[in-house]
Amino acid sequence: MARSKVREGSPWTGLWAVVFKEMADHLTSARMLILQALTLITAVGTVYAAASNLRDTVAQDRFLLLRLFTTAQQPLPAFVGFLAFLVPLIAIALAFDAVNGEFNQHTMARLLAQPIYRDALLFGKFLAGLFTLALVLTTIWLLIVGMGLVGLGVPPGGEEVARSLWFLVLTVFYGGVWLALALVFSITFRQPATAALASIAVWLFFTVFWGIIVDLLAQFLRPVRIGLPSEYLAQGQLALMLSRLSPNTLYSEAILAMLNPAVRSLGFVLPIQLDGAILGAPLPLDQSLALIWPHFTGLVAVTILLFALGYTLFQRQEIRA
Amino acid sequence: MAADVVIESHGLTKHYNSFVAVDNLNLTVRHGEVFGLLGPNGAGKTTTILMLLGLTEPTAGSVRVLGLDPARQPLSVKSRVGYLPELLGFYNGLTAYENLIYTAKLNGLRRDEAHERILSALAQVGLEEVVEKPVGTFSRGMRQRLGVADVLIKKPQLIIMDEPTQGLDPEAARDFLGIIRRLKADGITVLLSSHLLHQVQAVCDRVGLFYRGRMVLEGTVEELARRVLGGAYRIQVEAEGPASLEEALRRVRGVVNVTRPGETLYELETEYDLRPEAARAVVEAGGKLLSLKVEQPSLDDVYTRYFEQEGKHG
Ligand SMILES: Nc1ncnc2c1ncn2[C@@H]1O[C@H](COP(=O)(O)OP(=O)(O)OP(=O)(O)O)[C@@H](O)[C@H]1O
Ligand SMILES: [Mg+2]
Repeated sequence: MARSKVREGSPWTGLWAVVFKEMADHLTSARMLILQALTLITAVGTVYAAASNLRDTVAQDRFLLLRLFTTAQQPLPAFVGFLAFLVPLIAIALAFDAVNGEFNQHTMARLLAQPIYRDALLFGKFLAGLFTLALVLTTIWLLIVGMGLVGLGVPPGGEEVARSLWFLVLTVFYGGVWLALALVFSITFRQPATAALASIAVWLFFTVFWGIIVDLLAQFLRPVRIGLPSEYLAQGQLALMLSRLSPNTLYSEAILAMLNPAVRSLGFVLPIQLDGAILGAPLPLDQSLALIWPHFTGLVAVTILLFALGYTLFQRQEIRA
Repeated sequence: MAADVVIESHGLTKHYNSFVAVDNLNLTVRHGEVFGLLGPNGAGKTTTILMLLGLTEPTAGSVRVLGLDPARQPLSVKSRVGYLPELLGFYNGLTAYENLIYTAKLNGLRRDEAHERILSALAQVGLEEVVEKPVGTFSRGMRQRLGVADVLIKKPQLIIMDEPTQGLDPEAARDFLGIIRRLKADGITVLLSSHLLHQVQAVCDRVGLFYRGRMVLEGTVEELARRVLGGAYRIQVEAEGPASLEEALRRVRGVVNVTRPGETLYELETEYDLRPEAARAVVEAGGKLLSLKVEQPSLDDVYTRYFEQEGKHG
């Protein structure tokens, strides 16, 4: 506490001790084993289906590896479709009892009596969650690349690997948002079940209701009165802007551009903007990156904001609770 | 500040909004002492302890622990001071050893050094048999001893225990008091809070009586007894003799009061252990001494009497 005073030593003293302890907990917990198994089954199932679908087109396609992630095979959606559900779930599962769990086990007082600051404890817990998520997703990524090699018999090109790695990074940071959110709720709610429910409620809100709300808001604020194209455009642009307030939109747009080099622009495109562009020609990686950079920084910014909120709440919390 | 002062506070005060939890506390604990904070529920013991550790910010006043300011130098204080909280928890799924490894790492110890310290700390509290058992299987007494091992990892100069014997059965409590005595013998200063008076009396060199955020009495048990009970000792004299016997006993120097609960029974409140003098007085007055017993003043008496007096005054 005592924000105004100069504190002795580094706020990160003991950070790595916290990170390693928490990671060890995560990687051995039943909760994580279940979610890992679920992710694994999903990956194997969807990628196997995609690979058998792609086998016929092997010869013509430059971006086979990326297709493994995005090809849907009825009745299965593509792997990325599943991930958009699974990653928030895993992230929430990693953090919803981070702080309240220590209080409920009565370990908080003993922990904070060690020579560390609260900063290290909270950030350590966040990092451990992020690293665990990264570890799980990297394993899956390697598995998919391996399955691609075996199933399709074509080694992926350098740009493909780079794009799929960016996809991996984006997914980890998308998880970071939900991790930070669950961490905040684990500070505000004493019951882990309440924290988990609150996190899932926010996730449901953005997954299910936000789209509906955005449409209603756009129709209300930018009504189409006489049917001019400019009216439709204004309404569409507002709807897009609003929908990007959701981390889900940011993530799905970003991975769309990353995994599909043919995507030249996100959002509305007027014919005049396409002047000089060859339709269907793939965009180079650096231009795809430039396209999604605002999305990426948006995800990181939301994470930082949520973490800062959690930090402030945690610093004020009485140790006796 | 004198070199052997371990805890020193001046005007230490803690407000929770308008509620005063600790009021203008002046406390001094010296090196090697076992100091007992006692007082009823809500007296402010835990709040005081949290301020000593820098875990709660004082509203006013100053604290020095081992010469350091806990609010400004929390890391230095917490690496030298062990704290056994009121509600002591461990990770139930981890073994005793794994729990202590985490503490050791948080204290920045290297793995081999940590290993040595953990085994020796567990041996010191008699838990060497259960090093690899999950803490979830431990009894309350074992957990409390594990708590001591946990603070010993950092080789503390001072250990602060909040209600350490609460919930222990008489034997476990006795064992635990034995551990506290050994800590003292090893030169560690101990501050403990409790409202189990006979236990405090059994291990503490000095006690402070807390009441509504204030330390109303402080000193050795004998000093408190002298102040609150008048005499520090109660001597029971059983004697047959002339009627002047009571008067003779009353005249002995150091006797504060004499009562006569039975025909041949006299009860003396005295400032010192006056058994020889009392015996001589009986004999000189021509009486026949049947028995002579001294009763140590108990903290229970002090506590009860103090609150009776408080009740009368306000
Ligand atoms: N966070 C808080 N907000 C408001 N009041 C508090 C807070 N923490 C403690 N108090 C009050 O301060 C007073 C002193 O509490 P404290 O826990 O220090 O007492 P204690 O002597 O340790 O009692 P016990 O024997 O019950 O442990 C109590 O009346 C308590 O209600
Ligand atoms: Mg208390």
